[in-house]
Amino acid sequence: MPELALYSDRLFMAAVGVYVLAMVLHAAEFAAVRSAKAVLVGAGGSDHDGAAARPRSERFARMAVSLTVLGAVLHAGSIILRGLAAQRWPLGNMYEFTSAVCLAAVVAWLVMLRRSPASRSVGPFVLLPVVVLLFLAGTVLYARAAPVQPALQSYWLVIHVTTITISSGLLLVPGVASILFLLRRSGRLPAGLARLLPSSDVLDRLAYRTTIIAFPLFTFAVIAGAIWAEAAWGRFWGWDPKETVAFVSWVIYAAYLHARATAGWRAARAAWINVAGFATVLFNLFFINMVVAGLHSYAGLG
Amino acid sequence: MVQAPTRPHADPDSRAPGPRLPGVVLLRNAWRSLTSMRTALILLFLLALAALPGALIPQRSLNQRLVDQYFLDYPVLAPLLDRVGAFEVFASPWFAAIYLLLMVSLIGCVLPRTLDDARALRAVPVATPRNLARLPHHGAGPLDVDLDEAATRVRGRLRGWRVAERAEGDSRTFSAEKGYSREIGNLVFHLSLVGLLIGFAAGKLFGYEGQVIVASGGGQFCNTGILGYDSFRPGTLVDGTGLDPFCVRVDDFSAEFLPTGQAASFAVALSYQTGADLKAGRVDAWRSFPLAVNNPLRTDGSRVYLQGHGYSPVFTVTFPNGEQRTGDIQWRPVDPATLLSEGATKFEPPGITDDEQRRTSQLAITGLLAPTTSGGDVVTSVFPALRDPEVAIDVLRGDLGLDDGRGQSIFEVSRAQVESGELVRVARANLVPGQELTLDDGTVVRFDGVKDWVNLQVSHDPGQVWVLVFAVTMLAGLGASLGVRRRRFWARLTPSEQAGRTVVELGGLARTDRAGYGEEFDRLRAELLEPIEKDG
Ligand code: HEM
Repeated sequence: MPELALYSDRLFMAAVGVYVLAMVLHAAEFAAVRSAKAVLVGAGGSDHDGAAARPRSERFARMAVSLTVLGAVLHAGSIILRGLAAQRWPLGNMYEFTSAVCLAAVVAWLVMLRRSPASRSVGPFVLLPVVVLLFLAGTVLYARAAPVQPALQSYWLVIHVTTITISSGLLLVPGVASILFLLRRSGRLPAGLARLLPSSDVLDRLAYRTTIIAFPLFTFAVIAGAIWAEAAWGRFWGWDPKETVAFVSWVIYAAYLHARATAGWRAARAAWINVAGFATVLFNLFFINMVVAGLHSYAGLG
Repeated sequence: MVQAPTRPHADPDSRAPGPRLPGVVLLRNAWRSLTSMRTALILLFLLALAALPGALIPQRSLNQRLVDQYFLDYPVLAPLLDRVGAFEVFASPWFAAIYLLLMVSLIGCVLPRTLDDARALRAVPVATPRNLARLPHHGAGPLDVDLDEAATRVRGRLRGWRVAERAEGDSRTFSAEKGYSREIGNLVFHLSLVGLLIGFAAGKLFGYEGQVIVASGGGQFCNTGILGYDSFRPGTLVDGTGLDPFCVRVDDFSAEFLPTGQAASFAVALSYQTGADLKAGRVDAWRSFPLAVNNPLRTDGSRVYLQGHGYSPVFTVTFPNGEQRTGDIQWRPVDPATLLSEGATKFEPPGITDDEQRRTSQLAITGLLAPTTSGGDVVTSVFPALRDPEVAIDVLRGDLGLDDGRGQSIFEVSRAQVESGELVRVARANLVPGQELTLDDGTVVRFDGVKDWVNLQVSHDPGQVWVLVFAVTMLAGLGASLGVRRRRFWARLTPSEQAGRTVVELGGLARTDRAGYGEEFDRLRAELLEPIEKDG
């Protein structure tokens, strides 16, 4: 059904456009706060103008969040149509995989935002990597909708890939929060931005709370992958590059959780570990898929 | 925000002083630092770091060819890497050292901690601190009721908590604690990791993996010994005797391809006999099984997988004396997309006893097989399915070199024999099924057709079911450990100067990680204090 695939592509582009717009509005929010501050200083400390500018930045911020929701809806539509077009679960190649990881990240971010409204100004920093990844997905990684090879036709695969995708997307949020946390602590942020971003405490909590949801899901996904590999490849674990890097990510996130419980490690060092963990997740998604595993053919069949 | 104090792990000061002998002290200190949280962290890092080369450097267990290529590409570096075991990271002693230390550290850390917690489980929640306002979560306010009613209210709110009520002068205090299953989850999680590792190790010691090619259309294989396999990878403690003696028979192979040539599905109609069948003498009783990718046969503690397939051209040679021989050895695919295959089908002329003569009259048919031929002079394959086969063959005659004691690939003729002139090409032709070719001495070579073969893998891993069991308990433990918060709540009720009013002070502390206790505490505080705040 080529029309469906076409609509899926259009929705994809629309979603990217809306995300970019949401980022612009977040930028406008920041600018409004900054100019409010300038006026404040110019007016010799009178609170009057600042109070007037607040609602303006507030309006921009609300619009940015609404647009993010709209973007996520379009994005989800694009993925669903893709599945209908290819008549299979829409996680069969790098393009689809990356797109779904980004959707998971955006949805996770929106859910966390509901639970912790104080972290709203993290929004554009979540959207930035999402837009970059989607751009890569839509250009370099793009593949036409097509069926997949026999080894990939299994419901365990569907469970495995879906949970890996969701947990990878979820892990983007703590990755971003930890980077912002480290930047804030380093004191190297421009003063305007530093004033806007949530406190390091809110950032730290955002990272931790998202990680403790993502980590068990990731653990489950790895187990599901092992169950599938046992049926498809004849062994549940074979240290192939993808499995190995998943193991490395898993151990690093376990180290993060340990660091959170170790005196002297709970703040900056834990944040570094979280960033390292997300780096290995990205590394697995892109480098291993495209460079290492490209040399490596799994089984004779397919 | 104030940081909640964490429990010290294996904090030397928190233990009773031990014996004073220097050696014992040294040992004790070594044990304490091994089982500290910080050591666990460092070992986890080392584990992650040590595993990475396994993904970035080719590994022997996965792909010997890539390892050989690496040696060619980096002639200086590769031998050095080889010396430290970088081409078999996961079998190297340093990798084993890291995870074994981690397991020892884990047991030494988590078990004593859980014993402590088991004791705490029976203990009464600790007394209410004097100054609740100094806790990370706190609140205070007057209640418009007398002490007894206030106490009833607090008691009602703390249902589901472990509560101790104490009198303290005129005041009354409540100490409450909740979330014990966190520690249980933590213990289950960590011990499951140990179980998982033991299951994994059992597989490596007692398991095996063997590959065998079986012809479709009735080819059989019995798992009676390692000699039946084309390749066999035994576990460390497997000597190849005492395999489970089941048999399989490949009745039919079928493949479907998309018009692009991409494989759509593979299936084998398999028959099998279990070890019990054979033991009971039911040698004619075959059970059938639809073997497919993603659907292995599981029998007698082993699994049989469909791993690959290919083609065997069938040739019949009619020798000048009228005797016939048919050869249908498998050829190997050289192009996975079109299944163009190459191979060598070898014949011994019948009825020849003279060694010298035999060595000059052996035959080999080598060349290419296209399952769907392009039809040109140079045979190429355009599609992987068997639609329109054609072979392009060289017939060689002479000494195949089978007797010189060196093993020979079944897919090739010995290049040395060709170069030395002991094996000579006597004919070359392209044949489709039914066509034949007559050699100078009157021998006739006929191409009869093509058979399918399948590559089966037999895997035996007695540990894997335990790995699965422990993976499941690990996940459950992890869920409890991360999902449940261990937290404390205190309330002190003091009669106010005004009769009929009570001053309430509240305090809260998350004992493990503070994330997330705030909301729950705020809700409790609101429920206990707000009714009064509204009217007063
Ligand atoms: C393969 C090695 C290990 C892995 C994958 C691992 C993983 C984890 C994970 C995911 C948690 C999070 C649960 C939580 O926060 O409650 C945790 C907690 C914990 N681990 Fe480990 N662990 C390992 C080894 C160890 C070792 C060697 C020790 C002791 C030296 C240890 C002691 C603890 C303790 C005490 C906690 C609870 C921390 C807390 O109070 O929050 N673990 N571990």
